[in-house]
Amino acid sequence: MSRVIGVVGVFAHLDDLLEAIRHLRAGGFEELQALSPIPRREIDEALGRRESPVRVFTLVGGILGGVTGLFLTINTSIGYPLITGGKPIVSIPAFIVITFELTILFGALGTLLGLLTNARVPRLHLGLAFDPRFCSDRFGLFVHCTSEEVETASQLLRGAGAEEVRHVEA
Amino acid sequence: MVTGHQLGYVQADRDLLKTMEPAGKLYYMLLLADVVVLLWGIYAWMTQIYTGLGVSGLTHPVMWAIYITNFVFWVGIAHSGTLISAILFLFRVRWRASVYRTAEAVTVFALMTAGLFPIVHLGRPWYFYWLLPYKQMGGLWPNFRSPLIWDVFAVFTYMIVSMVFFFTGLVPDMAVARDQAKGWRRLLYGFLAQGWQGTDRQWRHYTSAYLFLAALATPLVISVHSVVSWDFAMSMVPGWHSTIFAPYFVAGAIHSGLAMVITLLIPLRRVFRLDAYITQWHLENLAKLVILTGLIVGYSYVTEYFIAWYSDNTFEWESFRYRALGHYAWAFWIMIIFNSLIPLLFFIKRLRTSTPWLFGISILINIGMWFERFVIIVTSLAREYDPYSWGLYTPRWVDLSITAGSFAWFFLWFLLFAKFLPVISIVEVKEELPAPLKAGETG
Repeated sequence: MSRVIGVVGVFAHLDDLLEAIRHLRAGGFEELQALSPIPRREIDEALGRRESPVRVFTLVGGILGGVTGLFLTINTSIGYPLITGGKPIVSIPAFIVITFELTILFGALGTLLGLLTNARVPRLHLGLAFDPRFCSDRFGLFVHCTSEEVETASQLLRGAGAEEVRHVEA
Repeated sequence: MVTGHQLGYVQADRDLLKTMEPAGKLYYMLLLADVVVLLWGIYAWMTQIYTGLGVSGLTHPVMWAIYITNFVFWVGIAHSGTLISAILFLFRVRWRASVYRTAEAVTVFALMTAGLFPIVHLGRPWYFYWLLPYKQMGGLWPNFRSPLIWDVFAVFTYMIVSMVFFFTGLVPDMAVARDQAKGWRRLLYGFLAQGWQGTDRQWRHYTSAYLFLAALATPLVISVHSVVSWDFAMSMVPGWHSTIFAPYFVAGAIHSGLAMVITLLIPLRRVFRLDAYITQWHLENLAKLVILTGLIVGYSYVTEYFIAWYSDNTFEWESFRYRALGHYAWAFWIMIIFNSLIPLLFFIKRLRTSTPWLFGISILINIGMWFERFVIIVTSLAREYDPYSWGLYTPRWVDLSITAGSFAWFFLWFLLFAKFLPVISIVEVKEELPAPLKAGETG
């Protein structure tokens, strides 16, 4: 027999969704997941989410790239000292370009890695609460709760103006 | 911004996914013509590989000629895409939403074309990997002081970052396409969407990542054409050895890229009936940017002459005299007139809001910018210091066919893009629409 793991509400209006989030959080439901066709800051604010840590990945990637660029150019020049263009063996100004490009490259790849790990993509299966309408024109709110809490959560969702409330079973 | 308050999310989905419906006869005819030209170009390249570089017009002293012209031209075309998608994104320019996907596609495809030319240009193209940073025979590494190696790093980085940026921006749209597609298309878009659902967690990290990618792409795009310009400026050739080259090349790159975006958007808008999304206002804004870059390019031409005269360097001054009055004067005047004078017509509002004028002028700028690179490369190499080593370059069928083939290669990818991916970002258009609020309010 399948077990209820939560309930999902479908909203046509953004402000209804925000109201539902506020009511549910006031009602003690903290395991919420909003689904929306567009990114909106208000949703994150209503859910009380913190700033994304992707920026740390960008920073670390960039620093790593810069260090790699310097290491690659300086180390290989010292390893096989060959004077070209009458310049010193360690000719920093000439190495800046490669250092810069690798900073950007590693920074971008770090950002991508940050996105993939934090957003948990790629994934093979769409979530149980997913509905194609959430990528089109509807907003969704998925409330994780036990079977005893389902009624309360459903009522809060309907009260906020949900068009449709569906039980999610696993 | 998108015109028409009646536009809703569902309408936007429907209109923008319509571009991906099965193609008509015209599309297949274009595709066929394109593939024929491409195959001809490939045949020319194979002839060159088999026989040797001598079958092309490349000869001493003009050893760079048309291949490097094409390389610089295509790298330049790429630049406007990043300008529109990254720089205008950071400046929160609202009109970019409707045009940035196409511009970004132009970036990716133009780089895929540009990247071929240094290889085409090699006598033994199978040794192209000698350019890559690895420990070569006897423990020697590539010379990291050489601008040619900088170029490998810059263009390679640019290609990877542009592709990451392009595919990241595509993911939420692919989810929309996945949910409305059937059969093999559903598999394809499902793969490209990577399991996107639009959860708050996904959006939160996505918007953050997108911002940082834009912030990284912005200095990158400036650096790439600067590095390309240093391929020339770092050498001691008169007409090349100049500090103005980096900004001059970057402005020129954006100038040509904007022209290419206009050239491609106008037919796209007409064929797919996207007038509600790509309005005259969008095109007008692009035309205004063209005025700006055209003025910078024109200013650079004048400054080059001023410095050549003011430096009182015989070789420099002769090089510039030769450009304007020598064997390639016709190309020089095409460059001056098409790049810096004709774009000034956009100051007239009636012309920059008229589609035929926009289309015509944008094509002239494309031609002019191609000849700019031709003039810089060929005239300077044809007349270096010693009259003993002067010489002229005339293209032969091989160089011309490979050049035509490169255009076919670029348009092949663009044609496939137009049919398989949404040419306008669905999600960004929706973001510009008023969000649905209850009681018909909008916010």
